[in-house]
Amino acid sequence: MKYLKFIVVLLVLTVITACKDNASHKVSEEESVYKCPMQCEGNKTYAKLEACPVCKMDLVMVENQRTKSVADDVISDESIFNLTTTWHTEEGSTVQLKDLKGKTLVMVMIYTTCKAACPRLVADMRNIEAKIPKDKLNDLQFVLVSIDPKNDTPARLKAFAKENFMDGEQWTFLQGTESGVREFANVLAVKYKQISPLDFSHSNIISVFNSGGELVHQQEGLGVDNKETVDSILKLVQ
Amino acid sequence: MKAVLRLTICILLFWVHPADCQSKMVKIKGGTYIPLYGRDSLKVTIVDFQMDVYPVTNKEFLEFVKANPKWQRSKVKKLFADKNYLKDWKSDTELGDQQSLKAPITNISWFAAKDYCECQGKRLATIDEWEYVAMSNETIPDARTLKSYNEFILGWYEKPKTFNNEIGSTFKNYWNVYDLHGLVWEWTLDFNSVLVSGESRKDVDNDTNLFCGSAAVGATDLMNYAAFMRYAIRGSLKAKYAMKNLGFRCVRDINE
Repeated sequence: MKYLKFIVVLLVLTVITACKDNASHKVSEEESVYKCPMQCEGNKTYAKLEACPVCKMDLVMVENQRTKSVADDVISDESIFNLTTTWHTEEGSTVQLKDLKGKTLVMVMIYTTCKAACPRLVADMRNIEAKIPKDKLNDLQFVLVSIDPKNDTPARLKAFAKENFMDGEQWTFLQGTESGVREFANVLAVKYKQISPLDFSHSNIISVFNSGGELVHQQEGLGVDNKETVDSILKLVQ
Repeated sequence: MKAVLRLTICILLFWVHPADCQSKMVKIKGGTYIPLYGRDSLKVTIVDFQMDVYPVTNKEFLEFVKANPKWQRSKVKKLFADKNYLKDWKSDTELGDQQSLKAPITNISWFAAKDYCECQGKRLATIDEWEYVAMSNETIPDARTLKSYNEFILGWYEKPKTFNNEIGSTFKNYWNVYDLHGLVWEWTLDFNSVLVSGESRKDVDNDTNLFCGSAAVGATDLMNYAAFMRYAIRGSLKAKYAMKNLGFRCVRDINE
């Protein structure tokens, strides 16, 4: 009977190594337009890939300018909702990023034992929130993602939320897995490195996403003027 | 009778399975060393793990995209790969004319590399693991102070188009791993932990507004120019970039 075991092992191996494939959504080819990289003629666009008539440099393709409002059931190619990792919120529930769909998202990566930059980064988030009219807050979700999933448990995040007066409906804290966090950081182009058990270096970036999960704006640095960020949010929730 | 059957299945398992989708791996014995960019205590400890002997080849990646259509060029999400993704391929499932089946796969994004490894129950190497294995030459585990070791790598930096060469065409190092230097750069799991902003004026004063704690991550050995180049490249990458001279290989934890 022993050889049966081998067959079972073989089968299990096959199952493990086979990768699940998410049904990918086909997006129709959009027409591309081209622009001079030096903007010789301002924002003028051309239909063909050729040289700029003024400076003779090769034109470059203009990133598709998508409409701000996104249809309900379609997730675009550039949407962060394509990430399928699961997260725990500070309330103890399990979510995927696409559960946050439909609201404008303001996201930042922090860790709760941080002494240097994170309190300021968190303050930056609160300052942005304070500048949004109260009646618009319903369309917004402020999301703080922990880069230290080992220590930042849902309970710890909840306590942090209370300490920092960020326990309202509009605030969400997320604990992921180590690989999920690394992947998410890469989508945001956030860099981080653990330098000791309770300390990380990390880039200070606040990112704004539209309701379809597409990156609209990034604010880099600490205590910088948040006018542009606030403007980009207001534009999205209007 | 039973024994014969068992033997057959064993042979099948050991023949078909590794040859089909699992590339050869070797065990790397852990240890402690000082990388160019370390943590607070400078020294980094690596635990035992297994590493692919060769970088992933065009052939292997071709099979992967056939089995996983979401990673084919026309289907890949823009979030996960830029427009250079597999750009020299003739179609979704055909290599370009110039590309050898046995050459390392390049023009792939970090997301694709990561998924490839996870599909096989493996993962990408961390920077510390990769550098640990890569600091050896043919005979000793840490050859970083040897002139010949550094000259070989710097000599490679000057050679054009080494990504067209076949795997195994460079030297076999102390750990029996090939091609860490001399063929292509390789993705690492935590490449985005290199906090070099890429602009010299910013790096010099450890811009604390951009990076919390950046003063703690200084280079330990600025003489190691070859390694410095690797860190600089990693610091400049974004996960969806697909570069012509950037490939990958996988590693696996040893669970005992």
